[in-house]
Amino acid sequence: MEENGKVLEMRNICKSFPGVKALQNVSLTVYEGRVHALVGENGAGKSTLMKILSGVYEVDAGEIVFKGKSLKHQDIKEIMDLGIAMIHQELSPLENMTIAENLFLGKEPSLKIGCFVDFKAMHKNARRMLEDMGLSYDPARKMRSLSIADMQLIEITKAIHRGASLIIMDEPTSAITSNEIKTLFEHIRKLKEQGTAIVYISHKFDEIFEIADDVTVLRDGQYICSGEIKDYTEADLIARMVGRKIDNYYPKEQAKIGETVLKVKNLNRNGAFRDISFEVKKGEIVGIFGLVGAGRTEVLRAIFGLDEFDSGEIELCGQKIKKLTTDYMIRQGVAMVSEDRRTYGIIPRRSVEENITLTFLKKFMNGVFTSRKKENAVVKEMIQELLIKTPDEDALIQNLSGGNQQKVVLAKWLLGDLKVLMLDEPTRGIDVGAKSEIYRIISQLAGKGVSVIMVSSELPEILGMSDRIIVMHEKTIVGELNVTTATQEGIMTMATGGRYYG
Amino acid sequence: MDKHRKLSFSEFYVKYGTLFIFIVIFVIAAILNNRFLTVNNITNILRQNTVYAILAFGATFVIILGHINVSYGTVAALAGCVAAMVARNTGSMTLAVLAAVAVGLTAGVINGFFVTKFQVPAFIVTLAMQSMAQGFVFLFTNAKPITGLPDTFKIAGQGTIGFIPVPVIIMILFFGFSWVLLNKTKYGRYVYAVGGNINAAQVSGIRTKNIVRLAFIFDGILTGIAGVILMSRINSGYPSAGEGYEFDAITAVVVGGTSLSGGIGTMTGTFVGALIVGIINNILNLMNVNTYWQYAVRGFIILIAVVADILSKGINKRNN
Ligand SMILES: Nc1ncnc2c1ncn2[C@@H]1O[C@H](COP(=O)(O)OP(=O)(O)OP(=O)(O)O)[C@@H](O)[C@H]1O
Ligand SMILES: [Mg+2]
Repeated sequence: MEENGKVLEMRNICKSFPGVKALQNVSLTVYEGRVHALVGENGAGKSTLMKILSGVYEVDAGEIVFKGKSLKHQDIKEIMDLGIAMIHQELSPLENMTIAENLFLGKEPSLKIGCFVDFKAMHKNARRMLEDMGLSYDPARKMRSLSIADMQLIEITKAIHRGASLIIMDEPTSAITSNEIKTLFEHIRKLKEQGTAIVYISHKFDEIFEIADDVTVLRDGQYICSGEIKDYTEADLIARMVGRKIDNYYPKEQAKIGETVLKVKNLNRNGAFRDISFEVKKGEIVGIFGLVGAGRTEVLRAIFGLDEFDSGEIELCGQKIKKLTTDYMIRQGVAMVSEDRRTYGIIPRRSVEENITLTFLKKFMNGVFTSRKKENAVVKEMIQELLIKTPDEDALIQNLSGGNQQKVVLAKWLLGDLKVLMLDEPTRGIDVGAKSEIYRIISQLAGKGVSVIMVSSELPEILGMSDRIIVMHEKTIVGELNVTTATQEGIMTMATGGRYYG
Repeated sequence: MDKHRKLSFSEFYVKYGTLFIFIVIFVIAAILNNRFLTVNNITNILRQNTVYAILAFGATFVIILGHINVSYGTVAALAGCVAAMVARNTGSMTLAVLAAVAVGLTAGVINGFFVTKFQVPAFIVTLAMQSMAQGFVFLFTNAKPITGLPDTFKIAGQGTIGFIPVPVIIMILFFGFSWVLLNKTKYGRYVYAVGGNINAAQVSGIRTKNIVRLAFIFDGILTGIAGVILMSRINSGYPSAGEGYEFDAITAVVVGGTSLSGGIGTMTGTFVGALIVGIINNILNLMNVNTYWQYAVRGFIILIAVVADILSKGINKRNN
């Protein structure tokens, strides 16, 4: 690595939260025009390091030098003005704002008379920015109406166009799929040519090896190693991240597949999906693959009673469901884990324990009273079994790293007697080790006779875990494949509207 | 990992802030006026406290759920006057209390219905309720006090058992009940969940609308009880007696650490909050502060409490 062209140097950064040493003597050096990948397990401290840099947290000890200037006590706005932009892992766009307002937040073009916003210019520029990213939204649309993938794309657009000299991307691709990732990478390459430095956090190795120049590995808040990416193999990185070897990445066992449990017949919802029919058998894992906007999430939501549908029917164990509501489905043993953890997954300001026991609280009662003792025992076990990284079971869930929050959400459903488990992007933002854990849990559940429906944008995961694969394209099912004959290329062809018979 | 973790400032504030403020205010009050620390005065504070403390217990549920109720004063007055009328006509205190509870419950059902069914903001629904109850209570009493009540009517507000005022005992019973309901039952847990993130609560199988409705109903029942005590204290049905009670009730809850944005709050906090409000009202009276100034001071206090809540969240975010 050349010594000059250093944009950022973070030295011996330490940061503690009550009960957690999130970072201990971590260092990071980022160069002009290079993409620096920051990798590590969930809770390793990646987001914390970047939040310190962007002024969200104050550092306990250590030194930050940005473009030769030492940073101390700057707030978020000042850091932004210095030329550091960040795409946050947990998106928090202001939902009542329009896309244009969000894109220009804090940098609104103003009219000649001082404080008035020039909305016309704003919308024009916003449209240009969006088109540049290959997006065709109306800039006047409210953020609220966008899907989580769309929001992520907007956040990326915003960060890229801020003219920053350092852009931090904290899991920017967790919600979007291949085409958008391609566009993002094209932009990253352009930015590199202009000399912009990028810190890229991701749990997806294919992306890291495609786009990164340098890499730094963190484990449990400690600096492990750093260097040029070409000196590492994927196995090297994984071994350094987890400190052990993972041998069986997809621990899928062939479960005994029984009779049909869930049957969906000709389900339609105007604008969301059409003509959806499929069935899932006992002990079977059915993968649903499709690009963003293919209608996968909407189908799951309808089955779970979160959205109404216009026509069609749903049968559970041979019984037609007449009045479909979410709590009815849950009582029948149907569960759904949403892709949108913040909105549908966690109660942020309550403890890990309360989040886990929420749904099946009735199992932890002494008469009419809840029993902390009973809860405690089971929750402690869960935390150990799923390797959830938390100071203790009373910690607020909002203070856990993203991946660990996801494990808590999964843990909640493991307490019940499930018939059907619907997972929407179950390993979003989850590290390799934990992913493998989650696959093991899914596989075990199937072994116990649970029917699993898994929506995913990650082909290897779909191929590694499913018994059967359903492919969706433009709001409808375009085909069903047997996992033994399906190939990545084949699935992709179908998902993009091509013909393929597997 | 480290089990005996140190409390950060913000955690300390969230946990013990209200208690700390209580002690400070108590000490200041004792220094400011030598009549403050007499048994007589302390009993007096407790007795005067009861009405809005009971209202505040119900309000705690409503506010943790992220809603609000501004109709306490007039609904309590309506319930109290109905109770007075029933007591006068039947001579039965049991029937009087039941009638008051029925009035409060009805108001609660209506509030809960409009908030959940049509998603009308609770502020608007209960503001309308405030006005409706106001109208009804004046129509029903012809704007005249209801007097000539049986002696039993006085007990709830003025009686004592030993040296403890009956209303204080009633308040403590309801505090105990509310505390258990919030901390030890499924319902209480669901209240926190729905207030903390209604979407996540829904997909966890909680019938969120029922939780909200029940909170308004419980809140309404407590309002009915508070109405009886209110009228019993003056031994008559006085149509405008409840004026301003919503303000003290909500102040008690907020000073007690419950966040107006929902999801956060404790019953003990509310209890201490009510004591704080009681002491402040009491000391202002003891010092002969002009009533209009008292309004101004109380307005200022609620503002400070809300700012403290927002600041403590900010501290949380930046972590010290
Ligand atoms: N505000 C906070 N309060 C308390 N603990 C926190 C807070 N933020 C993070 N932590 C803890 O610090 C550690 C590092 O978290 P961080 O979010 O940086 O992990 P990460 O590497 O980004 O993980 P992931 O891949 O899951 O996003 C975790 O143990 C987490 O629980
Ligand atoms: Mg992170």
